[in-house]
Amino acid sequence: MSDLLHTPLHDLHVELGGKMVPFAGYAMPVQYPLGVMKEHDHTRTRAGLFDVSHMGQVIVRGPDFATAARAFETLVPMDVLGLDTDRQRYGFFTNDAGGIMDDLMFANRGDHLFVVVNAACKGADIEHMQAHLAGVEVTEITDRALLALQGPSAETVLATLDPRAAEMAFMDVATLSLNGAECWVSRSGYTGEDGYEISVPADQAEALARALLDHPEVEAIGLGARDSLRLEGGLCLYGHDIDTGTTPIEGALTWAIQKVRGDGGARAGGFPGATQIFAQMADGAARKRVGLLPTGRAPMREGVPLFAGPEGGEQIGKITSGGFGPTVGGPVAMGYVTRDHASIGTTIYGELRGKRLPLNVTKMPFTPANFKR
Amino acid sequence: MKYTEEHEWLRVEDDVVVVGITAHAAEQLGDIVFVELPEVGDTVAKDDEIVVIESVKAASDILAPIDGEIVEVNTALADSPSAVNEDAIGAGWFFKIKPDDTSQMDEYMDEAAYNKLIA
Repeated sequence: MSDLLHTPLHDLHVELGGKMVPFAGYAMPVQYPLGVMKEHDHTRTRAGLFDVSHMGQVIVRGPDFATAARAFETLVPMDVLGLDTDRQRYGFFTNDAGGIMDDLMFANRGDHLFVVVNAACKGADIEHMQAHLAGVEVTEITDRALLALQGPSAETVLATLDPRAAEMAFMDVATLSLNGAECWVSRSGYTGEDGYEISVPADQAEALARALLDHPEVEAIGLGARDSLRLEGGLCLYGHDIDTGTTPIEGALTWAIQKVRGDGGARAGGFPGATQIFAQMADGAARKRVGLLPTGRAPMREGVPLFAGPEGGEQIGKITSGGFGPTVGGPVAMGYVTRDHASIGTTIYGELRGKRLPLNVTKMPFTPANFKR
Repeated sequence: MKYTEEHEWLRVEDDVVVVGITAHAAEQLGDIVFVELPEVGDTVAKDDEIVVIESVKAASDILAPIDGEIVEVNTALADSPSAVNEDAIGAGWFFKIKPDDTSQMDEYMDEAAYNKLIA
């Protein structure tokens, strides 16, 4: 793993007994001695600290926020201009076919946009922005780590370092002073729990992580539990559940396209693939991402082919993420099925080791979202 | 007790052999959430894939260590697969096999040799 990149918390992961694995070019902890199951449960019941420094942090700056927002709207089908100061929103870059190039979070920081993108896509995303955003400056932030503190105790814990943390609502963004470091904090995350994402100067990241871990409510959590948490939360993993070959409509992400950017909206279109996306928004897509709950105990993972009946017939889709959901206490999955099999309550079959096993199309999230609205 | 390079343990009980995986293997696999066992009465050949273990991370196959007939399986694992993590060489056993030829066990390691393998 010598050619892998290290995050500013690498030495701490190793010290804590993290099992380091390659992920998107970085050495990252997949789990700590606690193990995936207990790490997952700890995050759902108390608070988990995640190192997500491998993700890309980008500042998009124009002469003023409106200029940067209008430019960014040429790449995403989101309402960027209408986003209030110190508020964050989920979004995605689309391509000319209406596919999803990456999903992301963006925030209005008053005079600039702060964007967080996936690790595996960050190089391409930054090139994409630099090539297509006219009149604005796109800067990758490489001197900051990114931590996520997630779980029902996150608020209490973070407020011990800066009481203003408790005043933030879901998707609020603020600059807080945490353990002496100037941090860009959002009240959001990717676990289905309340919590925060914290951008901290790289040279102060380890001290902040240690201060958080000193709190008895907090455990370090690896990528394994991050995956099972986001899966139970019904949240997409880019490159698996959504990619350049899936549109927002197929990916069941139409909710993320605000009316003002939709067909007939005041700032309709003007992003890559708008024609295809509007056509699908009007007519529906041939396939759709759905939640799938296997009725048996066997986990069904990515790649399992799906069928309408217990034998014969054409394949109607496939699982794109699946595994064991520790909070659900059984297997959970998501995947794509043809639209005639996408209704909640439909029973379909996954072919596992030569056997067809039933799954029910189920509403997501699988566990209730505990966001602080 | 005998051990395979696939991290299975074999314990002779009268005329049958009880088979499971070692604590070391269970720890490497992580939290085990599902175990699919063979059927009682199945005739199996050495190296057949007869058990599937699913951990939170991945699925793994367990091979039949010897030829024989499956005479009992640990049905308790359906409801408590975590027994494999908690008590790998006790409550976490997988199946009992009636060997066709007990000499097939001769090639396997004793405890000292196995401990050396995983050291």
